[in-house]
Amino acid sequence: MKVTIDGIEIDVPKGTTILQAARMIGPEVAPPAMCYYSSLKTSGGYCRTCIVKVTQGSTANPTPMPKPVASCRTEVMDGMVVENTINADVLEARKGVVEFLLINHPLDCPVCDQAGECSLQDLSYEHGAVNTRYEFPRREFERIDIGKYVQLHMNRCIMCFRCVKVAEQLTDNRVHGVMHRGDAAEISTYIENIIENDFSGNVIDVCPVGALTDKTFRFKSRVWFTNPVDATCDCKKCLGKVRLWMKGADVLRVTGRKDIWGEVNEFICNTCRFERKNVSDWKVEGPSQIHRASVISQNHYNNLNELKVQVMKQQRALGFIPFDKRP
Amino acid sequence: MQRVKEFNMGRKLLIHNDHIPNIHTLEVYRANGGYASVEKALKTMQPDQVTDEVKKSGLRGRGGAGFPTGLKWSFLAKPEGVERYLVCNADESEPGTFKDRYLMEKIPHALIEGMITSSYALGAKTSYIYIRGEYFYVARIVEAAIAEAYAAGLLGKNILGTDFSHDCYIQVGGGAYICGEETALLESLEGKRGNPRIKPPFPAVAGLWGCPTVVNNVETIAAVVPIVNMGGEEYAKIGVGKSTGTKLISASGHINKPGVYEIELGITVEDFIYSDEYCGGIRNGKKLKAVVAGGSSVPILPAELILKTAKGEPRLMTYESLADGGFQSGTMLGSGGFIAMDEDTSIVKNLFTFARFYHHESCGQCSPCREGTGWMEKILQKFLNGTANESDVELLWDIQSKIEGKTICPLGEAAAWPVAAAIRHFKHEFIEIAQKKKFVDISHYDRLNLVRA
Repeated sequence: MKVTIDGIEIDVPKGTTILQAARMIGPEVAPPAMCYYSSLKTSGGYCRTCIVKVTQGSTANPTPMPKPVASCRTEVMDGMVVENTINADVLEARKGVVEFLLINHPLDCPVCDQAGECSLQDLSYEHGAVNTRYEFPRREFERIDIGKYVQLHMNRCIMCFRCVKVAEQLTDNRVHGVMHRGDAAEISTYIENIIENDFSGNVIDVCPVGALTDKTFRFKSRVWFTNPVDATCDCKKCLGKVRLWMKGADVLRVTGRKDIWGEVNEFICNTCRFERKNVSDWKVEGPSQIHRASVISQNHYNNLNELKVQVMKQQRALGFIPFDKRP
Repeated sequence: MQRVKEFNMGRKLLIHNDHIPNIHTLEVYRANGGYASVEKALKTMQPDQVTDEVKKSGLRGRGGAGFPTGLKWSFLAKPEGVERYLVCNADESEPGTFKDRYLMEKIPHALIEGMITSSYALGAKTSYIYIRGEYFYVARIVEAAIAEAYAAGLLGKNILGTDFSHDCYIQVGGGAYICGEETALLESLEGKRGNPRIKPPFPAVAGLWGCPTVVNNVETIAAVVPIVNMGGEEYAKIGVGKSTGTKLISASGHINKPGVYEIELGITVEDFIYSDEYCGGIRNGKKLKAVVAGGSSVPILPAELILKTAKGEPRLMTYESLADGGFQSGTMLGSGGFIAMDEDTSIVKNLFTFARFYHHESCGQCSPCREGTGWMEKILQKFLNGTANESDVELLWDIQSKIEGKTICPLGEAAAWPVAAAIRHFKHEFIEIAQKKKFVDISHYDRLNLVRA
């Protein structure tokens, strides 16, 4: 199936979503996604940051779709034409969504463990406004400890439902979910139940913001002062492919390996995540590839490929289509 | 006054028997010609013929969107060996709308008769009536009627001696506006949290428990009865253009005679408001200021635009005429919740009431609606408190434009449209309050039960 995104044509198999097709083309046209997670089924569609304009439905039915669609949940049709970064309405709408996500966010990045690897930070940096127009008190919740290792800080949550899907699809049974509705909705456990199972720690990795944090890492270090290295171990429960966040010779925390979309494809178990905190537990593969634009890679590694992506993104914003990608 | 066609004023098809004592019982209902459509359909017609009659009748969904019912039925996927369901949406929660309650309360058998006939047309062996939680007493009335129908062999196995079997169940909702959205209704019916699903797939392909499902409003299903009885073509003769048949209108607000009226689509709005047969004019001799024509979510229109279109033609109570001029100068027939407001009404206060409602009822699934509805309410609260600035009007406009069309389900639009329309037509009121020239009277508000989610 042929689909054109921002003037770039690509051939994709049937059943591909617009977002996946855009990601195949590259980060310069891929819409941001806060709630979609490729390895979790039925995720996506909630945050509305990935909305795009479909200017031609398909070759058979070329009428444009009347409303912007969530690219993560819309499958491509043959001959579909999609506008993302070249459509001013889409960018304006996305700016609106970012504003909505931020009005009740505490913006406590200076004390938040997620700072530096937070999807919401990246999103607001790229698409947000400088000032807030919201002048009312923000929503507040008590912090809850869900289990020995995970702390839930609802103030920061953007209701992406990823952790709910993780519990549903990765673990034996889900004991947490969404309570209440509207802007009073919160992720919670039933009467402060404890999430106890081997894969519960993955809710930390999928959380795009700092709502679910690792209690063994809380306030130990800013993430950009640590050195990420990829390591493996022989784990009976999971694949054991992890990323160690080192400071000197200490392993400050262990997470799954996030790809360039910020997604973990090989989920790890709680033993790897929380209990193997010695370098001797691991076989270190080498330094991790971190996005050049990320604050984490500051002073660590330079990746020319990432630089190229950034340049292309800038060019795209100015309306320049690279010579090799012109139709 | 120019009439498109001479009307037999007051022709009723749905609630013509509502004055008969004990019409809610099966005995009286049958004595007055009830269940004739079931006999006719099951004994003399094929299921497709019933669907054809509904198609010919031009019946449009009475829940609000006005989608042609026959077309909706024909979209129903019919794979072999898979159950199909008919679900009746009796979660009538739109502020200003109470027509379904009246119908179910007075003539519950009209709904059940429609359910049987429609299920026969769709080939559904099971149907559900999803009634909103606040209508628990209505649910009891309908339940009693269903029990009567079972006892009389109108429901259950081999209805009226034919080989069509059908079961009808009632499910009472928990009382959430969002469960009136068809996919949220199906989620709730399945016992889950009533969050709207992301479409596609549409319920006609994968609805209740993944099976093809048709979701129809109470009035739509009840209207199938006269269509089968009189024939689709005969039914299509009532009304104007693509707005055929009769429609129940719940009239409320500052009128002399609020209530549920059955109108033939095509009478003028002026007739409806001022004639003695219907609303009987504005109470206390006041002037009409504005009308919300189809339930709280449709755009509000000032008196001059609701009585006459922007082109100067008289506005009719039809889907097309009310929508004439788009949202710039038109509105929608919607669910038929007709709210008239007199000259003393504060549009800002009215809008606050609506905004508060949508904030309270947002499900919280997608960000624009979850955050935007609450923000709009808080800004409107500033207008009520007298602390708003002129820039707040622009901000409100901007927020509503960023909600509209960006959400999973139509609740986002339902919340955004009233705000947009109020600012479009009554911007001067907002400005006057912002400039502290006027204030909203909120003296009675401490008595209101301001429910927090």
